[in-house]
Amino acid sequence: MSQLGTSMRGKTGPVAAREGTWASRNRIARMRRRGLAALRFLLLFGAFAIICIPGLWIVLNSFRPTVEIMAKPAIWWPSFTLDHYRSMFGGTGEGGVPVLDYFRNSLIVSVTSTVIAIAIGMSGGYAFARYRFRFKSGYFVGLMLFRAVPGVALSLPLFIIFARLGVIDTHVGLILVYVAMNVPFTIWLTDGFFRQIPKEPREAAQIDGCTPWQAFWHVEFPVARPGVASAAIFAFLTSWNEFALASQLTRSTGSKTMPVGLLDFTAEFTINWGGMCALAVLMIAPALILTFIVQKHLIAGLTFGGVKG
Amino acid sequence: MARVILDNLVKRYGDTPAVNGIDLEIEDGEFVVLVGPSGCGKSTTLRMIAGLEELSDGRISIGDRVVNDLPPRERNISMVFQNYALYPHMTVEENLGFSLKIAKQPSAVIAAAVQEAAAILGLEELMERRPRELSGGQRQRVAMGRAIVRRPQVFLFDEPLSNLDAKLRTQMRVEIKRLHQQVGSTIIYVTHDQTEAMTLADRIVLMRDGNIVQTGSPLDLFDAPADRFAATFIGSPPMNLIDGVVSKEWQIDLDQGPTIPLPPNSRGKVRVGQPVTFGFRADSLTPIGHGIASADDGVALELVISLTEPLGTETLIYTDLAGVEIQAKMLNPRPLRVGERMQFQLALACCHLFDRATGEALRG
Repeated sequence: MSQLGTSMRGKTGPVAAREGTWASRNRIARMRRRGLAALRFLLLFGAFAIICIPGLWIVLNSFRPTVEIMAKPAIWWPSFTLDHYRSMFGGTGEGGVPVLDYFRNSLIVSVTSTVIAIAIGMSGGYAFARYRFRFKSGYFVGLMLFRAVPGVALSLPLFIIFARLGVIDTHVGLILVYVAMNVPFTIWLTDGFFRQIPKEPREAAQIDGCTPWQAFWHVEFPVARPGVASAAIFAFLTSWNEFALASQLTRSTGSKTMPVGLLDFTAEFTINWGGMCALAVLMIAPALILTFIVQKHLIAGLTFGGVKG
Repeated sequence: MARVILDNLVKRYGDTPAVNGIDLEIEDGEFVVLVGPSGCGKSTTLRMIAGLEELSDGRISIGDRVVNDLPPRERNISMVFQNYALYPHMTVEENLGFSLKIAKQPSAVIAAAVQEAAAILGLEELMERRPRELSGGQRQRVAMGRAIVRRPQVFLFDEPLSNLDAKLRTQMRVEIKRLHQQVGSTIIYVTHDQTEAMTLADRIVLMRDGNIVQTGSPLDLFDAPADRFAATFIGSPPMNLIDGVVSKEWQIDLDQGPTIPLPPNSRGKVRVGQPVTFGFRADSLTPIGHGIASADDGVALELVISLTEPLGTETLIYTDLAGVEIQAKMLNPRPLRVGERMQFQLALACCHLFDRATGEALRG
């Protein structure tokens, strides 16, 4: 009885030894876990740095005097100036460029082509997801093949045809090109989203009194909205950032988009790095803002609950 | 409320037939259950009535109208789907009121109808929730509420309880039956579960391979199955079947087994030498003293117990007769031992005989 009492009061002998080893093992495991976490952090930091540094470089250089950008050896502690922005919005003769015109052109071309591409592409994606028709998979593969052709490869025939049609150097011409570029991708993306939506809610809506169109609009479209939103972001960014074809098909400030406008900063013997960076920042900002806004609509899992999975 | 008439209904997918010319008249206010194994064409039939599948041939009328060419929205029906098919982006209230909103009803009318349906199904507490925040049973109740709100002539149910667990299924079954009593509309209900068919139906339509095998009240199908398939599909456990040959005018020799007198209702329907299948339900074979006393004293058999399933009020006994595993039922059960030898009584009046070649019942 007394033996039992002592052993319960103070842990001695083999029990304590065993607990001691466990404690030290736990400590080692904890340290290893922390070490791994730190290592993971470092690796991720490195990866992100590689991805972000060019962007950061552009933003920083847009606020630095030209001498400093070109300085060798590099000046590590930058000074701050708005000169590049000031002169960009200034007169054409003093290193200025028609930023607002380019911005307007980019906006018109990107928004219009996105809206059209989404309207066509969403209808197409819906058809591929919901209906059976002859040569369906053939069409689908065909659409994907169009994506495989680099746009620039078509620039010469496009240029000749557009010149004949009189749409060179117009918004319409660029919009046509971008719609053609974006429709296949939009079809592919929305097809996937509509496929995930079960067909029963649509049937229920039709029994509830909807025409096929109403059933789509009231039931399927709201559920597919995240998919359509992401397709729209992709289409918009493609048009907004496209350079190769735009540089061939536009000439004047009436139709040049911002990526093409960047070339205004290159003269025969010099490149105005600061100005170019400033315009690039103006170009990146709206795309970033738009992505942040639309991102809110990209809530996954909206379809859950309507039907049994 | 309306009669529904199916006239030589045919559905083919390419060359594959799914429904082979079904004729069926469903009375106003009747609860009809289409039952059968998967692939028997019951769901296709329902979807054709709903207008979700096109007909390959035949005619459907609801009320006085032929609806073949009408889209679903003009057929004045409601449908409850197996997987609920709720609108995931709408609240329960919006789900319930959607059909009236599409019909451009004034909001006061919508609110009243939604309230009424919610009260019938006990959904008042859930009105602001979305489908993903509901349990399976609640979702199915919302789906039923959505069907009620329209006040349709015909309700269509497509395996509505298949996704629910056993307890909830029993509970919802009662609710559906109560709903029918309250609303009184014609109901066409599809299921593969014979228990649902038996408990719910005014009339069961048993289907197989796109054809109707038998139509009748639940007890008709249970007591007088039209063929071997009906005998095994309806009733749980399924009917025991043993092959044999009619050896004398009043007697069957079971293959590898004893000789059994001809069931009274088959006398005069068979000829000597005819290969037959002898069938009886577990309820008809009971240990002596543990069955429902029947008028005729039946046939006495001594059998060895191979397995038991105690169910409380009764025990299912698995045993062997003529080389076939069969089931017997013991009422007022006592504990049993596997391998035990027992005296059983087979109530001959409740036995069935089927033609072995065609499977058809041989009954006078």
